[in-house]
Amino acid sequence: MSTVFIAFQANEESRPIVEAVLADNPHAVLHESPAMVKIDAEGKLVIKRESIEERLGRDFDLQELQINLITISGHLDEDDDEFTLAWKN
Amino acid sequence: MDMQATKKKVGLKEKYAHMTRGLGWETTYQPMNKVFPYAEFEGIKIHDWDKWEDPFRLTMDAYWKYQAEKERKLYAVLDAFAQNNGHLGVTDARYINALKLFLTGISPLEYVAHRGFAAAGRNFPGVGPRVACLMQSLDEVRHAQTQIHALSNYNKHYNGFHDFKHMIERVWYLSVPKSFFDDAFSAGPFEWMIAIGFSFEYVLTNLLFVPFMSGAAYNGDMGTVTVGFSAQSDEARHMTLGLECIKFMLEQDPDNLPIVQKWIDKWAWRGTRVLTLVGMMMDYMLPKRVMSWKEAWEIYFEQNGGALFNDLARYGIKVPECLSQTAIDKEHISHQAWATFYQYGGASDFHTWMPTDEEMDWLSAKYPNTFDKYYRARFTHWRDEAEKGKRFYNGTLPMLCQVCQIPMLFTEPSDPTQICYRESEYQGEKYHTCSDGCKHIFDDEPEKYIQAWLPVHQIYQGNCFNEGVDPTAPGFDPLAEVLKWYHVEHGRDNLDFEGSEDQKNFAAWRGLATKNV
Ligand SMILES: [Fe+2]
Ligand SMILES: [Fe+2]
Repeated sequence: MSTVFIAFQANEESRPIVEAVLADNPHAVLHESPAMVKIDAEGKLVIKRESIEERLGRDFDLQELQINLITISGHLDEDDDEFTLAWKN
Repeated sequence: MDMQATKKKVGLKEKYAHMTRGLGWETTYQPMNKVFPYAEFEGIKIHDWDKWEDPFRLTMDAYWKYQAEKERKLYAVLDAFAQNNGHLGVTDARYINALKLFLTGISPLEYVAHRGFAAAGRNFPGVGPRVACLMQSLDEVRHAQTQIHALSNYNKHYNGFHDFKHMIERVWYLSVPKSFFDDAFSAGPFEWMIAIGFSFEYVLTNLLFVPFMSGAAYNGDMGTVTVGFSAQSDEARHMTLGLECIKFMLEQDPDNLPIVQKWIDKWAWRGTRVLTLVGMMMDYMLPKRVMSWKEAWEIYFEQNGGALFNDLARYGIKVPECLSQTAIDKEHISHQAWATFYQYGGASDFHTWMPTDEEMDWLSAKYPNTFDKYYRARFTHWRDEAEKGKRFYNGTLPMLCQVCQIPMLFTEPSDPTQICYRESEYQGEKYHTCSDGCKHIFDDEPEKYIQAWLPVHQIYQGNCFNEGVDPTAPGFDPLAEVLKWYHVEHGRDNLDFEGSEDQKNFAAWRGLATKNV
């Protein structure tokens, strides 16, 4: 299995997103570096709109992720409810 | 600011279909293949352009909304940086030299990327890639502009930031990144996508922005960090476009495989060579280091690139040929490049120095197999000589690689004490390259690479002096004349950091900021 990852700018907007990702993906590992947080996960990582909305207390459009996104690795699939990164092998 | 998520009338997938494919049409006054002549020019066979889908499903309306938000956030930071004299907060004024290299060597490439993606968007008949290329083209001009704005704060106070636009066309080491993009832009649209969209954006951009920008944060430069990360936030989309393009070509026709493989091999090597400059910045130009070049290479190229190539294996793609050499080179190239810039510190638009003892200890810990064995003694010797007033400047000009345009500074993969070069013949003339990788690229398209504008050859041919300069006049000083033609002011923009105007000003201004006088 290969690792997928996603990284965000370390800031207040990213904090609830990162919390939601870690809660929904128990196999994910968080790395904090200067100004940046990176989440690695074996095989697959799913980001759920609902989980972010719960923590944020407002409606959230998954495309808002782009604002603080730094980088990704893996094949992406995005719809209204989920943003998924995965390797297909 | 909290973004307002608007209640949707149509779902993302449906909206994407309407706002991309829904906008396309078949031409009738002229046949499609005449309107899009470059789509077939490279031998890539496409049967159904509608099979291309952007997995972000980003449409222009959403694009403007999120990009505007990114800009608002970025410019708030840049204003704060300027208002608070943020430049005095950096760890050490040596760091500012990395920014000079960034502005002169990288920002102009953003602008070429803007033009290249506009051209690719024009040349692809499919609507999906056209919209994605349009967005990337706009992103790239934003990157050029925001980098120039951010670094103009430094131009108010420090030397070397004054004429990047002029320098990219002329200065010897800047021809390395420039020729990389020129090579890609003068190819067809599919090769451009592999060169820039895939190799540069997917495989290599993480190495440029992530560790380097984290390094800027470590060195107290929040303005540059924010610009870098703001640009990088677009990069996730660019990487996805590059990867989608590869998958699309491979899925459309089995005949595309050998062409795509050849481009992957070529551009993985070209990209690796050009990133030597970044490796040098990370290991030598950041006073406070976040990770070594070798560590960044292992995370972002070997592990992440490895995952990618494992995945592409199902299409028959093999890992790029150059991998066995890059595994050796990662232990050497940053040291070899910095040694070269130190020797030619009289001819560059930034300052150079030799690492301190403490920095050398860091380098030997990070490079246990190579630093002490091959580089420490040379660097210590140069430092000692400089202390005795005999600073070593190399007065000769190096031979350049006909392909990557880097001076012959790399060593043989089998012998790190021997300079590596290869020779090819074409139409009765000899051409030299730095490596098997570059020789291979040259031999495949010699008619392209014999046209290279090589700065050293051009100096020897007398093409790099201002008008009216007479190279036969008594006392003619070629280096002084070349520097004038570069717009590099001798004694101010070049030479050692130690004793430079930058060093003195930074120390004086920082003193003013922390003491009452
Ligand atoms: Fe860019
Ligand atoms: Fe080369």
